[in-house]
Amino acid sequence: MARLSQQYRVKQSLRLLGIALLMIAFSVSARGVYQSDEAFLNEAFNNEVPRSKVVWNKGELRQAISTILGHDYAGLRIRYWKDNNRSSWILEEIGKEKPITFGVIISDGKVEQVKVLAFRESRGDEIRHPAFTRQFEQAELESNQLNRQVDGISGATMSVRAMTVVVTLALYLAESISTE
Amino acid sequence: MNFKKTVLALSVMAAATTSANAAAPSNEEIWQKLLEMQQQMAQVQEKNQQLQAENESLKTKVEATEKVALEATEAAEAVAIATEEAVKTASSAMDKNSIGGYGELHYNNLEDENGNDTKEIDFHRFVLYFGHEFRDDLRFFSELELEHSIAGDGKSGEIELEQAYIEYDMNEQHSVKGGLFLSPVGIINETHEPNTFYGTERNNVEKNIIPATWWAAGAMFSGEIGNGFSYDAAVTSGLDVTAGGTKTTYKIRDGRQKVSKALAEDLAYTGRLKWTGIPGVELGLTAQYQEDITQSQDATAGSATLLETHAVLQRGAFGLRALYATWDLEGSGPAAQGYDEQTGWYVEPSFRINENFGVFARYNEWDNQAGDALDSEYDQIDLGVNWWPHQDVVVKLDYQMQDKPAGGELDGFNVGLGYQF
Repeated sequence: MARLSQQYRVKQSLRLLGIALLMIAFSVSARGVYQSDEAFLNEAFNNEVPRSKVVWNKGELRQAISTILGHDYAGLRIRYWKDNNRSSWILEEIGKEKPITFGVIISDGKVEQVKVLAFRESRGDEIRHPAFTRQFEQAELESNQLNRQVDGISGATMSVRAMTVVVTLALYLAESISTE
Repeated sequence: MNFKKTVLALSVMAAATTSANAAAPSNEEIWQKLLEMQQQMAQVQEKNQQLQAENESLKTKVEATEKVALEATEAAEAVAIATEEAVKTASSAMDKNSIGGYGELHYNNLEDENGNDTKEIDFHRFVLYFGHEFRDDLRFFSELELEHSIAGDGKSGEIELEQAYIEYDMNEQHSVKGGLFLSPVGIINETHEPNTFYGTERNNVEKNIIPATWWAAGAMFSGEIGNGFSYDAAVTSGLDVTAGGTKTTYKIRDGRQKVSKALAEDLAYTGRLKWTGIPGVELGLTAQYQEDITQSQDATAGSATLLETHAVLQRGAFGLRALYATWDLEGSGPAAQGYDEQTGWYVEPSFRINENFGVFARYNEWDNQAGDALDSEYDQIDLGVNWWPHQDVVVKLDYQMQDKPAGGELDGFNVGLGYQF
């Protein structure tokens, strides 16, 4: 009787372990959505998110945006959230094949923070780590380019490039709305 | 009206009495004046009514215009939203399949110490990548390559399947691959598109020792373990360095089976630890163990172990690549001619002048027969420049100076044109 129940206990434990391992292996659905747009904005504005406004991608602005990104911006409007001298931008840019979603906060013409909100490629997600994004802090615009060099990650140069142009774009757009 | 007339009359009379000294106008004159003023009043009132009517009609027009403007803005918004949605739908449908590739054309102008020269133009590699996303967490990726332009019997080229695997993301940190994939070792083995390295030809150390490009079939777990560390652990088909055809027995590069009816008598186990904790720095360490380097066909040979370590640094304009790799082959067979130890290393400092130009220097040393006392060590110095008109296109020029133990060392220059997309 005692031996049977010990066998039974072992089997049950193994079953539970198996289930636990399966749960760990299959947990977390979508790969690489690190923070939702909502959560990012709430964090940026301390839960008091201002009403969003839009910048229309037309005329001179459209030209400048194309130059910064190296290609046409695929959209008619760019949404932003602004409070005093701080503006928040959620922008997407393709790394190698898939779009990466970035959240950028610009304060007084300088980068306050850049975050990778969602990463969809199979390589290069190291760029989401603070050690990497910190390189952009306090960066400014100089002749419509970033005023500093950013060290890359070998094997993820496209992701790094995407982050750099997105941050540059955010700085440019923040500047263009500051004259409103 | 009567009241107004009365007021008017009174004020006239008041004016008349206050200016008693002035000559009082006759009643007839006063009456005329009154009639005139009455006429003017009537005209003013008429004008007033006209203006009021115009004002009303203007108000109505302005309201109508504002309404039109509002409707136009709403329509523009709707168009914007609809267009953005349409673009998104169109692109996400295309998203699932991806096509990419790279290619390189080489010109070699080399001469050995006896004056025999080798001048050659060769489209060394033409590669196509095809990928498909079944789901966010399940994808297929492949690499098909044509080397030296023409493949077939008696031709110099080959068509090879270099990658073809299914990758599944178990969760945010870990994924597993099954299929044919590149071995997780070295610097250029996995990242070898022409615009990602200096020098027209791939470096001889990785080529002869790793041996790059090296792919195998099996399963590989990859993932992040925090603090900038990532790992790869693979079980795959192994090498086969037995004699046959044009292969040099026991020379590691000739042992690549390329998953073409590969003998799977004895498998290979590979583990790699990589650190990319600081931007601009990559450190890697790979160890591989093969049960039998001749797939049990040669009794005088046995297991083999590879140890490889490298550093890739890029800080601002300064770059540095350094790699060391060594194979240890068991058995009397390999040991007889020194193939029991195959080792190589290189150091490559580089300077990125600007977005379009970079220069490099590389010192290489490798020896496939390091196990015996005979001098079989090769070394090479490379110097050159890369020009990137675009980040995905490169033109390369480099000089090489080789030193071979048995002579036949090739010195000269190479020019390369490469692209990736």
